[in-house]
Amino acid sequence: MDYSKLLSKTVVDLKPSGIRKFFDMLSGLDDVVALTVGQPDFATPWHVRETGIISLERGYTYYTSNAGTVPLRRELSAYMKRRFGLSYDPMTEITVTVGGSEAIDLAIRAIIEPGDEVIIPEPSFVCYEPITRLCGGVPVPVATLPENDFKLTAAQLSAAITPRTKLLVLPYPNNPTGAIMTAEELLPLCDVLKNTGVAVLSDEIYSELTYGVRHTSIAALPGMAERCIVVNGFSKAYAMTGWRLGFVCAPPEITKQMLKIHQYAIMCAPTTSQLAAVEALKNGDGDIEMMRAEYDRRRKYIVEELDRIGLPCFEPKGAFYVFPYVGAFGMSSETFCERLLNEGRVAIVPGTAFGKGGEGYARISYAYSVKHITEAIERIEKFLKTL
Amino acid sequence: MNELLKLIEKDARLTPEMLAAMLDRDAGEVRAMIDGYEKDGTIVGYNALIDWEKTGREDVTALIELKITPQRDLGFDRVAERIYNYPEVQSLYLMSGGFDLCVVIEGRTMREVALFVAEKLAPMESVISTATHFVLRKYKDKGLIMKRGDADIRSELSDGLQ
Repeated sequence: MDYSKLLSKTVVDLKPSGIRKFFDMLSGLDDVVALTVGQPDFATPWHVRETGIISLERGYTYYTSNAGTVPLRRELSAYMKRRFGLSYDPMTEITVTVGGSEAIDLAIRAIIEPGDEVIIPEPSFVCYEPITRLCGGVPVPVATLPENDFKLTAAQLSAAITPRTKLLVLPYPNNPTGAIMTAEELLPLCDVLKNTGVAVLSDEIYSELTYGVRHTSIAALPGMAERCIVVNGFSKAYAMTGWRLGFVCAPPEITKQMLKIHQYAIMCAPTTSQLAAVEALKNGDGDIEMMRAEYDRRRKYIVEELDRIGLPCFEPKGAFYVFPYVGAFGMSSETFCERLLNEGRVAIVPGTAFGKGGEGYARISYAYSVKHITEAIERIEKFLKTL
Repeated sequence: MNELLKLIEKDARLTPEMLAAMLDRDAGEVRAMIDGYEKDGTIVGYNALIDWEKTGREDVTALIELKITPQRDLGFDRVAERIYNYPEVQSLYLMSGGFDLCVVIEGRTMREVALFVAEKLAPMESVISTATHFVLRKYKDKGLIMKRGDADIRSELSDGLQ
């Protein structure tokens, strides 16, 4: 079989994720303290798990409607209103997906045709560019800057827009930098977008994990809802990564098209997860508060510790990552992370794995126990002294 | 400051420096607060929760219900004091409902516990009756589930590529 003739050239040409490369290096080593994971260390709250278990016991093992069960969509509508002041009609504007990842895929595929440009602020999560390429679209990375705390500015947005631009990805709260964008910081972007035909894919998967300031969705700002596709999910807010459940909210015209893709490719999100999610939305606000408070304590601790040992970082206000500057040692972030792994036995991810603008930085996750973080910090400190 | 106490209650091994970072205070201040709490008895002490089953040690725990005749003016306090001073007594609670004092005893054998009840508790003049319940297994204690280690399930399921 000549696989080179068989396989899609577009897919073969997709670069493997930069995180992947790093994890392959990690796999042969033992006694490594990892600060790499992008998921909560909490198990899903018990009342949510129990609801899933009970649904299985009762035989709720069938498909749901393509867009998700009606009770779940109604709860989602109430949740978006309650937490972010967003109004979405459960019947025509909400689609329940297999994680936020599917929601991102639906949004990009519903909009992008060959040649269309997608503006992607980077560093950011690794999936926007490959999905754009799969649609034949042209990714337009925009490197956000440390002096702007890795926020996208109106000037950068304005400069990136061309007649072919169809979509802006807005990945805040941001993985890997921990940056957020407040209403005041979003408004200038809105002014740029207002007179264009550019839609916004707002990836708000970390919206419940902001510290000291509530998340603002760009869709909640005046006149923006009509061009916004809001992606969110249960993974980070409710510690439900393994349940694979997300959702996407968009105007009916866009939702209708996304739903067609979802219907043919996925059918429906897992039923057990959907039933458990209703319980999470109804009775899980306290769980969110509890986990956020715990992340916040670790965040303060790790920022202070990194600063003390000589890896300064700007104060991350969202997600569960810090993005310290590691460029002061005369090597690239990738070399730094490789050496830290091999010599210091601590795994962190080089900023370059998250696209443009990541050079000089590294992502450190604090979705770990304080004990684990402390051990890692001690090792990093020891390693830095050898440089 | 309740936040500090809640953190220490959950994990007494957090250092004043760690606590200070988490609470936006300085370490000296946190140290002084902890000293204060220790002095005034708000913080009574620090324990580790050990699953002795894992070590093969076969100690037994019993929960004993006591019915008591309260003493004039002293109520239950006097008899409680006589009971809690025995080192075998792990916990002692005054209860509402069908009995008055709940005594948690630890001993090396069932016989040792039974003898303690028969020789020390039952003969006290204000004790009307006793009922001894032996603990067969501890599933959870002080908010912690016994059989779990602190292994990270995430690494069993995934290489962490997210």
